Amino acid sequence: MTNIGDLPADPIIERRALIQATARSSLARRNLVSRLMLGVCALAFVVAGAVLIWIVALLISKGFHWISKPFFTQDPQTPTVFQQNNLGGIRNAIWGSIVIDGIALLIAIPVGLIAGHLLAESENSFANAVRKTTEVMTGLPSILFGIFVYEFMIIKFHYRFSGILGSLALVMIMVPVIMKASEIAFRAVPHSLKEAGLSLGLSKGVIAARIVTPAAVPGLLTAVLLAMSRAVGETAPLIWVIGNNYVATWSPYKQQSAIPISIYNGLLGAASPLQQDYAWGSALFLVVVVLFLNLGSRFLAAFLRRERH
Amino acid sequence: MSTEPTTESAPPAVPEDRVPGRVKRPRARSDGLYWGILYGATLVFVVVCVAFLVTLVTSSFSAWRHSGLGLIFGTTWNPDKELYGALPLLVGTLETTIIALVLAVPLGILVAVALVHLVPRRLRTPLSSFVELLAAVPSVVFGGVGFLVLAPYFQQHFYPWLQSTTHSFYLFSGTFSTTSTLLAGIVLFVMVLPTIVALSRDAIATVPVEQVEGAMSLGATKWQILSRVVLPSSRTGITGAVTLAAARALGETIAVAMVIGNYFKINHSLLSGGTTLASALATQWDGATSLTISALGALAVILIAITASVNYLGRALLRRASQGALL
Repeated sequence: MTNIGDLPADPIIERRALIQATARSSLARRNLVSRLMLGVCALAFVVAGAVLIWIVALLISKGFHWISKPFFTQDPQTPTVFQQNNLGGIRNAIWGSIVIDGIALLIAIPVGLIAGHLLAESENSFANAVRKTTEVMTGLPSILFGIFVYEFMIIKFHYRFSGILGSLALVMIMVPVIMKASEIAFRAVPHSLKEAGLSLGLSKGVIAARIVTPAAVPGLLTAVLLAMSRAVGETAPLIWVIGNNYVATWSPYKQQSAIPISIYNGLLGAASPLQQDYAWGSALFLVVVVLFLNLGSRFLAAFLRRERH
Repeated sequence: MSTEPTTESAPPAVPEDRVPGRVKRPRARSDGLYWGILYGATLVFVVVCVAFLVTLVTSSFSAWRHSGLGLIFGTTWNPDKELYGALPLLVGTLETTIIALVLAVPLGILVAVALVHLVPRRLRTPLSSFVELLAAVPSVVFGGVGFLVLAPYFQQHFYPWLQSTTHSFYLFSGTFSTTSTLLAGIVLFVMVLPTIVALSRDAIATVPVEQVEGAMSLGATKWQILSRVVLPSSRTGITGAVTLAAARALGETIAVAMVIGNYFKINHSLLSGGTTLASALATQWDGATSLTISALGALAVILIAITASVNYLGRALLRRASQGALL
């Protein structure tokens, strides 16, 4: 008869006790480190947030008082001796942006949506190659598209600096964005809907136009607004091709201005600090437009989706 | 929608034997048209992309013929003397990107961790959207803030302070004015921060909850869970996020052009002016000779090669990360 106490102790129990003792003895230290590092995380969060809020606050505080009626209805003016503060407005830039972005949209929407539909419908090697191309194109610095349009249209075909060339450069920025986002929207349409169409004997084209596209509208709107919000703020591709103007015109064939361009030129080529300061107004207006489009795309999509269900 | 097929499927006047042919022929034709339109529009896009690449490459030919590899390794950029060496631009591009990443990577990852694991659930979505909105702010606005606010402040307070605390350390020595490589790096840091936060947050949020719970059950503290479970298993996704941010920093044009000073010499001091590939493309074209335009085309080709490959790498990493999460 052996006594239980005489047996060698279970190594597992011993080990467990050892581990628990180690864990317990280091608990205070581990908790301290944990709390410290979480504090660092929170600090990083606050710092990043503060930087970003500071930028927004700066834009509002420095830009808001410039925004007035003449800001939208007058062309830029050189202050005279008599009117030291009369800088006019950015009507030329606003009109220019509307013309350039509008034409770009007219071209980019059909091409982007149709190509996006193709990507959603086919899986062959052509579609895969196009998908890769789209990814590469969205990642390229946008100024390259401006250089391309310059080399192609102005150097090769001796076309003149004009708003429509800016539109062409922006099309190359918009189309990949629309393609990518609309592919996702088209793919999200349930297969059963398409099969219902097929079972009724509808052709592929009718299914695409009457069933898939209406069902994908919220996603497609998001795609278009997203592309717009990206294109509206672009400066780099425009500086090579649109020239400049100081008198508002609706003609896309003349030299044009645009809101980001007016900020860029206003800051770097400004004659007086007053004119530099004035760019804050344009910057604030531009940010509001871009954020409005960006937020609009989210809310509109969410709203339309809720309407349907 | 439901009424049309019924009217179509019940044409009373057509003889029975004609029906299959009648249905089939238009269907085949419209399918052809359908694919024709689809492929037509997509081909337009593809052709433009090819034209884009071909045009830029051919436009750079005369510069390559003129300078050869000196275009990459030459240290002097002086269009007036027809000297086109892009090394100062490459160095400037690298410097600004490194400064931006050194600042943005630790901060961005910590912020992403905080967004997923520390912030109350209710605030998570609005804060995330806020971060994404900041990624949408046009770069000319960041450049403007850097140029109008940071640049004068840096000249008056930050640079002197930096020199006195580091005793004019090698990187921070010499004279300075308002714009500098360091300022460009700092502006880029603010610009890439939203990218890093948004993408790392996605990577961190896809870590399986079982892994976190497993670590919890072993008695790990919160930081141990984050540093030994969450961050290691989202490593691929975070690397992808950082790579994409690097691609953005390498190609940023306007904001950098506004704050870097456009100074075409290699200088060891970060407080001196500099230039980058992309910003040179924005500042050098005005009034340029055709050879200079061609040299800028060569810069564009180099820039395409760099940003496209870095961008591709980043996307590949993100794709691998998301596939790993599914398995």
